[in-house]
Amino acid sequence: MPYIPHSPQDLAVMLEKVGASSIEDLFADIPQDMRPKSFALPDGKDEMSVCARLEELAAKNRTDIPSFLGAGFYDHYIPKAVDAITSRGEFFTAYTPYQAEASQGTLQAIFEYQTAICRLLQMDCSNASVYDGGSALFEAFMMAARATGRKRFILDEALHPLWREMVATSTRNLDVTFTVVPHAHGMPDMNALHAALDDSVAAVAVQNPNFFGVIADYSELFAAAKEKGALGVISVNPVMQSLLKTPGEMGADIAIAEGQSLGQPLGFGGPYLGVMACKKALVRQLPGRIAGRTTDKQGREGYVLTLQAREQHIRRSKATSNICSNQALCALRALVHVCLLGPEGLIRTAETAMAKAREAAQALLTLPGVSMLNNAPYGYEFALVLPISAEEAVQKALKRGCLIGYPAGRAYPGMENTLLVACTEKTTAEQIQTLSGVLAGVLGGQQ
Amino acid sequence: MSTAFKKSVPGREACMPGVPKRRAADMLPAALLRQKRAELPEMSELDVIRHFTNLSRKNYSVDSNFYPLGSCTMKYNPRFMEYAATLSGFSKPHPMLPQIDPMLAQGALEVLWDTERLLCEITGMRAFTLQPMAGAHGEFTGVSLIAAYHRDRGNKKTKIICPDSAHGTNPASAALAGYDVINIESRDGIVDPEALAAVLDDGVAGLMMTCPNTLGLFEKNLPQIVELLRSVDALLYYDGANMNAIMGKMRMGDVGFDVVHLNLHKTFGTPHGGGGPGSGPVGVSERLVPFLPAPRVEKCEDGVFVLKTDYPKSIGRLTPFYGNYGVVLKAYAYILRLGANGLKRASEYAVLNANYMRKLLEDVLEIPYNRTCMHEFVASAHKQAEQGVKALDIAKALLDKGYHAPTIYFPLIVRECLMFEPTETESKELLDAFISDLKNILETAEHSPDAIQNAPVTLPVSRLDETKAARNMELKEKE
Amino acid sequence: MNIPEDRKYTQSHEWALCADGEALVGITAHAQELLGDITFVDLPSVGSKVAAHAEAGSIESVKAASELYSPVSGTVVAVNKALEDSPEKVNLDPYGEGWLFKVKLDEEPQDLLDAAAYSELCEKEDH
Repeated sequence: MPYIPHSPQDLAVMLEKVGASSIEDLFADIPQDMRPKSFALPDGKDEMSVCARLEELAAKNRTDIPSFLGAGFYDHYIPKAVDAITSRGEFFTAYTPYQAEASQGTLQAIFEYQTAICRLLQMDCSNASVYDGGSALFEAFMMAARATGRKRFILDEALHPLWREMVATSTRNLDVTFTVVPHAHGMPDMNALHAALDDSVAAVAVQNPNFFGVIADYSELFAAAKEKGALGVISVNPVMQSLLKTPGEMGADIAIAEGQSLGQPLGFGGPYLGVMACKKALVRQLPGRIAGRTTDKQGREGYVLTLQAREQHIRRSKATSNICSNQALCALRALVHVCLLGPEGLIRTAETAMAKAREAAQALLTLPGVSMLNNAPYGYEFALVLPISAEEAVQKALKRGCLIGYPAGRAYPGMENTLLVACTEKTTAEQIQTLSGVLAGVLGGQQ
Repeated sequence: MSTAFKKSVPGREACMPGVPKRRAADMLPAALLRQKRAELPEMSELDVIRHFTNLSRKNYSVDSNFYPLGSCTMKYNPRFMEYAATLSGFSKPHPMLPQIDPMLAQGALEVLWDTERLLCEITGMRAFTLQPMAGAHGEFTGVSLIAAYHRDRGNKKTKIICPDSAHGTNPASAALAGYDVINIESRDGIVDPEALAAVLDDGVAGLMMTCPNTLGLFEKNLPQIVELLRSVDALLYYDGANMNAIMGKMRMGDVGFDVVHLNLHKTFGTPHGGGGPGSGPVGVSERLVPFLPAPRVEKCEDGVFVLKTDYPKSIGRLTPFYGNYGVVLKAYAYILRLGANGLKRASEYAVLNANYMRKLLEDVLEIPYNRTCMHEFVASAHKQAEQGVKALDIAKALLDKGYHAPTIYFPLIVRECLMFEPTETESKELLDAFISDLKNILETAEHSPDAIQNAPVTLPVSRLDETKAARNMELKEKE
Repeated sequence: MNIPEDRKYTQSHEWALCADGEALVGITAHAQELLGDITFVDLPSVGSKVAAHAEAGSIESVKAASELYSPVSGTVVAVNKALEDSPEKVNLDPYGEGWLFKVKLDEEPQDLLDAAAYSELCEKEDH
């Protein structure tokens, strides 16, 4: 019996001890008319056969095509030592560190993760992570609602469209409203964002770089928000954050991020990592787990989950959030990744990716009718305007063996000709050549 | 042990990439750059490996210790499942590939489609969504589906009922979906239909149940409960935390549940990861299918898998893509490996192990509802507590013996409770040794309680000052 | 148990000490004992209105969190700032240095228990 160690003899002794003649006796509470009407699953298979089946399925996914698809999720290099550490059973087969004395490894790792996030974002406090960037945005809004007692939120339209959808779903049954401020050719419309602020606003949320790759300084917006008693929320890319003006420097109250680019494989959508940090005054509104340092009876340093009184197992329906877990293993991956790269390594990763993006942009801008969506500073993803529909270009390019990017019109009606192109430090000169060659062919074929 | 930040030595490097062709200063305006570099650790690769290896050794885990943590199903996590997630065909694909062209990710979509169908057959539900990223997220999804159903029917519902034995996430999730939470008291350890009837009116949207419940007891009044709820068009929610007791013995869809969330990280053997990532798929009965989150995977007549988004009544998107895909994939592998018989057997032996433990313990600890239990049971140390040794002390003494503690102080309705869930993957010898050690602790508690009150003494730290932690709030290393 | 006779009590274990149209508010020794080590007190802001028996804040301990209900109606005129850094004062001296806030009364307090009635309530709850 796979994964069940009982010998026939064990079974007999145990049944006798519990006073049952068969295991089925133990299920006597479930009457016959409540038993399964069907349980027609396939028979179990040996490990080798299951692995063969999984390999067969894995082989049906195309990983061989040069790709410039990013849209907020990036194929960064992950040092091999990340897997070596996180595949240690002591980490991945443990549970939430409820018994602190027997969980110092996980707890100290969370404490170090919180430190790394605070330093990267220059914020006061970080939690141990939430599910992903989108759930972090939702939780940030809930924090702001609790802290301000207000129910209206302002969102820049260039915040990730998937996250805006997630937030809409998650707040459907709550008494809150959203004002989405349209972007201006992919850039934040600062005047409109400022104009949207008033005394009813709980928070204003922006993204840097935004969905179109545009980098901006939101210091003035956050200062204006503060004057109106609203909080400033910013979503960042943690790799770019090694270079960019930080949420702390801009005066943000809550900083969030999709942590995927720190050591998580794309993995067809997850698990990812929701990064969340805030100013000290808001720490009691911060959802989820938080590790803190303290001492034991002998005065030795140790770590515990702290501020637990905010959480669902104590507050139940009055908790700050229903969240009961964190993405602990993903947070550990992010921490180990950061330790392996170091501060300079993270900077070099961002710079190399940015340099590749500029090479790609330069090559593509030589093609007829291709231009940048705007002249704003960008990171390693940028927006081009094509002479034809980006959707059509992507489909045609795919037939020529290159995934040239993300057609922005899918999320932004009216931007059908806009294409988002992402590079990372892994992008090669050959791939850039392929990209421009393929797009030239597609556009040429068009003429 | 000092932190990675304190071990940092300026100039040391591990996996540093080469020098970039261009530097930030020549690509971005200075005003957009940070003033100073982030003070992150600078370590050699050996520094990093040794630091985290040593940290890992300060953890109890299923791999190293018996972990009878009630309500958490800490079973063994088979290694081949990890292999599945490392296959490059699964770890590399960008999640937007099927939006661009479904043919780029047929294998990945097939896993989703297949898993949904397997979970339907296991639970008797009509359809599943794999989007929820954890159990609590599944609860929120489930309650949102209930809300969508009532809104669609024009029902004015404002309340969700939770039994007093419910997990704290139930009321928290219901509140997050905009509902008022009504608590009802259990009778004889299970939901009391009379108590339910007393609070039931047209304003009730649904009841959230765990079955077997958090006391490890089967909810025998289920048929009556279903009937009561139907009378006011309220829906019945199944919290799958305890699904490991019941696979192949009862299917939620067959007995009248409308919404089910499962915890793949409990029942289906995916690792808990030190607190996540988990996965909390949600299954629904026929009448809730139109409201499921989108996108959903469909299989075309020619056998091609595609993503569809056109579901006008869908509650929308709860996750950027398909949930915690890597976790779903591992659970899929687990289900394929065990099959119908293996899953049923897992539940059978989980229940056998729990009852065996209960019988061996009944002489030394009070067991408030001492009858045949399912996969877990609750004992009470209130007698020991009168002598000064609390459930917490017993838990800490177990750590000294090399076991993870059971769940303590939950469910809230039993004083000084200890909740044991041995799972099916533990052997009789292990259970015997555990019981003998626990008896030993309880004997010591009688003649020298201070020895137990001071536990643990063999771990890297003794009991930690939680008050100091909460008051001082040292949540990061100082710069 | 320590239940001063100079003040009035609520069923939810707050006290009010009234004089000259103002009331000093705190929680009882019994309440702080139930909560255990208090780590944080969330108080209403000065100038805000509180209503008798309505939520006015919350108190957190390591393992519990509990709503704070105002025993009286009126306007908050002072809060105990010392609790920000030393919430343990509520444990150490709940009737003195651990006071929570001061209210300018809108009306005479109603439905409050005297020390004897409150003492009886505590005894009942213990059983």
